[in-house]
Amino acid sequence: MLNSKIPGGPLAQKWSRHQFEMRLVNPANKRKFMVIVVGTGLAGASASASLSELGYNVKTFCINDSPRRAHSIAAQGGINAAKNYPNDGDSVHRLFYDTVKGGDYRAREANVHRLAEVSAAIIDHCAAQGVPFARDYAGYLDNRSFGGAQVSRTFYARGQTGQQLLLGAYGALMKEAAGGNVTLFPRREMAELVVVNGRAAGIVVRNLLTGKLETHLGDAVVLATGGYGNVFYLSTNGKTCNVSAAWRAHRRGACFANPCFTQIHPTCIPVHGALQSKLTLMSESLRNDGRIWVSRVPGETRHPNDIPEGDRNYYLEEKYPSFGNLVPRDVASRNAKSVCDAGFGAGGGNAVYLDFNDAVRRQGAAAIREKYGNLFDMYQRITDDDPYTEPMMIFPAIHYTMGGLWVDYNLMSTVPGLHVIGEANFSDHGANRLGASALMQGLADGYFVLPYTLGDYLAQAGPAKTPEDAPEVREAEQSAADRITRLMGIRGKRTVNDIHRELGLLLWEKCGMARNEKGLTEALGRIPEIREEFWGNVNIPGEPGGFNQVLERAVRLADFLEFAELMVLDALERRESCGGHFREESQTEDGEAKRDDENFSHVSAWEHAGDGKRPVLHKEPLVFEVAHPSQRSYK
Amino acid sequence: MDGKTISLTLKVWRQPSADAPGQFQTIPAKDVSTDISFLEMLDIVNAGLEARGEEPVAFDHDCREGICGSCGAVVNGQAHGPQAATTLCQLHMRKFSDGDTIIIEPFRARAFPVIKDLVVDRGALDRIIQAGGYISVRTGAAPDAHAVPVKKDDAERAMDAAACIGCGACVAACPNASASLFTAAKITQLCKLPQGHPERNRRVVAMVRQMDAEGFGSCSKHYECQAACPKEVKVENITLMNREYLRALAGLD
Repeated sequence: MLNSKIPGGPLAQKWSRHQFEMRLVNPANKRKFMVIVVGTGLAGASASASLSELGYNVKTFCINDSPRRAHSIAAQGGINAAKNYPNDGDSVHRLFYDTVKGGDYRAREANVHRLAEVSAAIIDHCAAQGVPFARDYAGYLDNRSFGGAQVSRTFYARGQTGQQLLLGAYGALMKEAAGGNVTLFPRREMAELVVVNGRAAGIVVRNLLTGKLETHLGDAVVLATGGYGNVFYLSTNGKTCNVSAAWRAHRRGACFANPCFTQIHPTCIPVHGALQSKLTLMSESLRNDGRIWVSRVPGETRHPNDIPEGDRNYYLEEKYPSFGNLVPRDVASRNAKSVCDAGFGAGGGNAVYLDFNDAVRRQGAAAIREKYGNLFDMYQRITDDDPYTEPMMIFPAIHYTMGGLWVDYNLMSTVPGLHVIGEANFSDHGANRLGASALMQGLADGYFVLPYTLGDYLAQAGPAKTPEDAPEVREAEQSAADRITRLMGIRGKRTVNDIHRELGLLLWEKCGMARNEKGLTEALGRIPEIREEFWGNVNIPGEPGGFNQVLERAVRLADFLEFAELMVLDALERRESCGGHFREESQTEDGEAKRDDENFSHVSAWEHAGDGKRPVLHKEPLVFEVAHPSQRSYK
Repeated sequence: MDGKTISLTLKVWRQPSADAPGQFQTIPAKDVSTDISFLEMLDIVNAGLEARGEEPVAFDHDCREGICGSCGAVVNGQAHGPQAATTLCQLHMRKFSDGDTIIIEPFRARAFPVIKDLVVDRGALDRIIQAGGYISVRTGAAPDAHAVPVKKDDAERAMDAAACIGCGACVAACPNASASLFTAAKITQLCKLPQGHPERNRRVVAMVRQMDAEGFGSCSKHYECQAACPKEVKVENITLMNREYLRALAGLD
């Protein structure tokens, strides 16, 4: 079932060797192929533009009114690349090694090495596109540090790196939409994957303006539809981010890999009320200058500025002297939870302090404003507190999902022709993603990997030539239409958000920062009950034809309610701790995640077996030829 | 966080579709926490409408962090509401007082047809970018990033302009419904960077012509755009765009 297709040869030569061995499509034949790309974040926009430049016809779909709104835009801190411009000892090998280690040895070595190899070209390309990266007075690019690394390899554009990289990719996409081979379809949401004779042959989308279903056929389908963090309801994801495209593909045969690998980001603004709609991230880059602490006095009631130095516990600096405040995200999050659980949380609640007092004193407020001004302003607008004069209050929140559709080395899923890129696949980050690596992976996949590997697939598979009235096409259209009809027929009493909140709270408690067998088993019992409540009692006003935002949310929640069960099942089956997946039964004496390499050094890829049936688990063994697994230590 | 609540009267623009007539609907919003955002307030109002089986107020939104540019409405006559340099999603209810009446309308412009309630079609902005708002470098063609140094001041000016989120507030705020600030921001970004120079003339002419073709008005220096811009993009960019346009028409390199 799972053939990872990792090329032979030494690790550092696999990609270049593979590039030569892959088949090519001759320039005159490229225009005979139609590629369907779903999503216009960093991965989808860069892939669409690059494929169009090569000469393929591309249809690109996005859920928002414009491709520029995709949630990559919200990434703040930066993008990693092994440029070694600061001369501080970075290299392709070090970036590879840090990423495998940061992912707690649950990623595929060959993919990670390729990612590190192409990272430098991303920076070159984005600079040429006019991405206004931060520069020094000599005119060269500046770098900063991110968690899990002891070198400065992160490139940035103030606190808006994701925005600037996305606008670069969006510009390339618009260039190709104007004069190239891209046709854009905004305000469309994927409702079904069309599979004909075992091959991905198109998609059914819902036009969010008219409510009409539209079918688009092609020779290959690329999903660049992001992660599933919103299954928790509250997350730092945009409100439209959802699992539906991935889930629909899963139901049509694409294996879902490591769904329990979710990332909880340590520095977010804490939850303030029951009706909150989303959580806001404060960039990891703040940990370059901010110091994290809580009071040593349990049940502390003093204002943070009145707590003397001797009563402050800089717990990350004390516990992890070599990485200090820049430990990886999973480690920082778990430590925040444990000091709060022990009663030391700021204001007695779920929050810790992120303090810039020392940095302001050392560098001056102006220097801090130049580096983090927009983040400080955002914090002040949300909380009404001034981080220049008092510490920020922060707490971990769901931010990113390392799990995703299983793909082989060529980024193709278990459905031939269906490729998956960016956050939507599982491939590069193992059980924990390092900061500033999501942007790197999205653009690596879209600019520099998929344009090669998709050509290899098309050269072998040839045109799909699917008739528009093929029974499989009709069946997919009917399935999408039936689901809408069924939803609109419920006319119950509870709002979509209300039920989504209930699901989210359950998952946060039982499958969040710490997980155990009892809680996960309870959640597995509860999810079908919530799903039944949804299908029996949700209220969707309005009509299915036309612009109906409640129906949009209901369609997404219906898929989250199925996906949630798989995520919890995966968490239950993985009886070890690794990265962001912390099983309380498996920890070291000092509370760190304890892996079980003997039994769990594999990718868990789940195959859909039908409604009401237990999905089938396939295991891809992970082999480490170069980065030998060890207990991660950041001390 | 101050934990207070206020009660408000909303007058919200309701319009079922582009060609149907619209009108204001009065909706009370009681006991609203001052710690929530404006969009969360609308969520709560919508939950009340949904519970009564009525259609909720349609509004575009996504990141709710002030960066995606999806959200926006005219609140009491101001695009994105009363707080400077703030998108609607980042506006918090502590900026309002108990008993306030809040008038909420879509971004209005001939080039932004209403889709439903507060949702408008801003596709014209994408088409302005399609006309030339990019550098035409192919993937794989770039030299090393350090091959072309950029003066720090120029990089900073480019970044100031590149901060534009494409929300369209500048258009909604302008008495002429001009998209000059939006267009000028992209032109400034790309002409301040040496990488953008080869296409500089073609770009400015094509983008300005597309802006006119979409039905946006001209700039007559009201400066309302700058006041409404949530990212503080400055009108000096429009001056630069005009100069670039004349340079290009004069055929100067």
